[in-house]
Amino acid sequence: MNTIFFIMTTASICLLIYTSPDLVLSSMIDGASGSIELALALLAIYAVWLSVLEVMQRSGMSGQLARALNPITRRMFKGESEEAYERISLNMSANMLGIGSIATPIGISAIEQMDKGDGRASDNVILFVIINCTSIQLLPTTIIGLRAAGGSLSPADIIMPSLIATTASTLCGIFLCKLCSFICNKFSKNRKELIIETSKNNNKISGSDNVQIASK
Amino acid sequence: MAKYIVPIFILSILLIALIKKVPLYDSFTVGVREALRLVFNIFPYIAAIFICMELLTISGLSEILSSWMAPVFRFVGIPSELSKLMILRPLSGNGSIAILSEIYMLNGVDSYIGRCASVIVGCSETIFYISALYFSTSSIKRLRYAIPVAIISMIVGAIIGCLVCKIM
Repeated sequence: MNTIFFIMTTASICLLIYTSPDLVLSSMIDGASGSIELALALLAIYAVWLSVLEVMQRSGMSGQLARALNPITRRMFKGESEEAYERISLNMSANMLGIGSIATPIGISAIEQMDKGDGRASDNVILFVIINCTSIQLLPTTIIGLRAAGGSLSPADIIMPSLIATTASTLCGIFLCKLCSFICNKFSKNRKELIIETSKNNNKISGSDNVQIASK
Repeated sequence: MAKYIVPIFILSILLIALIKKVPLYDSFTVGVREALRLVFNIFPYIAAIFICMELLTISGLSEILSSWMAPVFRFVGIPSELSKLMILRPLSGNGSIAILSEIYMLNGVDSYIGRCASVIVGCSETIFYISALYFSTSSIKRLRYAIPVAIISMIVGAIIGCLVCKIM
């Protein structure tokens, strides 16, 4: 993330210095004030949805939903806590229904639950983020609304292609995730074996040294 | 029909909570406090991404990038008119919606390009924004293969979406 951020900001600032240098600072401040607007809007949305979610949790409804989705979530994300499974299933159902504004806060807390505390994203965490990034929405309501507003004769005829495309991208994401984690595991296993072997050799050498010292 | 789903959903949750004797007022205050904590934690990430995005669009770098990438996208079956959308889609939600409306204006909503654009926006998410937010409150700093995989999957989705639009 740091590298991407560095490349994008410096490249655009260089370009702006060449074309119109007085826009550099003003556009950065514009960006920051845009983020404040978004944060306030998000605060309002989250305040409502997280309250509803809290009610759902206290009345045991989210637990029931999690149990209903258990066969799927347990198979995809192995070895997580009960709390994490509940969050994951809530996030996935919100995503499918297209309520992205509630899927995000639940997703963030799901990652908090899945966090092992070693600063490194585990395979489960990455798979979870990928599924969120590839969008598993059943009905792209925003786009249909936009198309209707743009004067489309049949605003809803993109549902089928969208569904096919989003299924393809999600499946591709899951497959690549599994592939990457497989390669990574194999690689780290090899490295561990190598470390163990070298440490054994070291022990042998130091052991023979000891013998020599003893014989002296 | 669609406009009744969410209100009825919320109403039924409140009714079930009432039957189970859940303290509603207390739950709402807890929820709002949680929202405050969350927005407080994610704001730095939103601000940094927004500053970067504004620079990227104002400087015209995104235009240059999209004109470079256009032949590549055309090669895999994505019309070159959509390359700007493909560049901005993983970066900014509002930005890609603005470009989508622009594409509707220029090419027509029901044209092949317009439908492809709708499918691309419908089947993808703002990858950088989501991954920044999702990792914001945890201790995770090394994302490993998360972003490359997300971008490849998005491109695969877009290619298949354009293909399906051509057939249907």
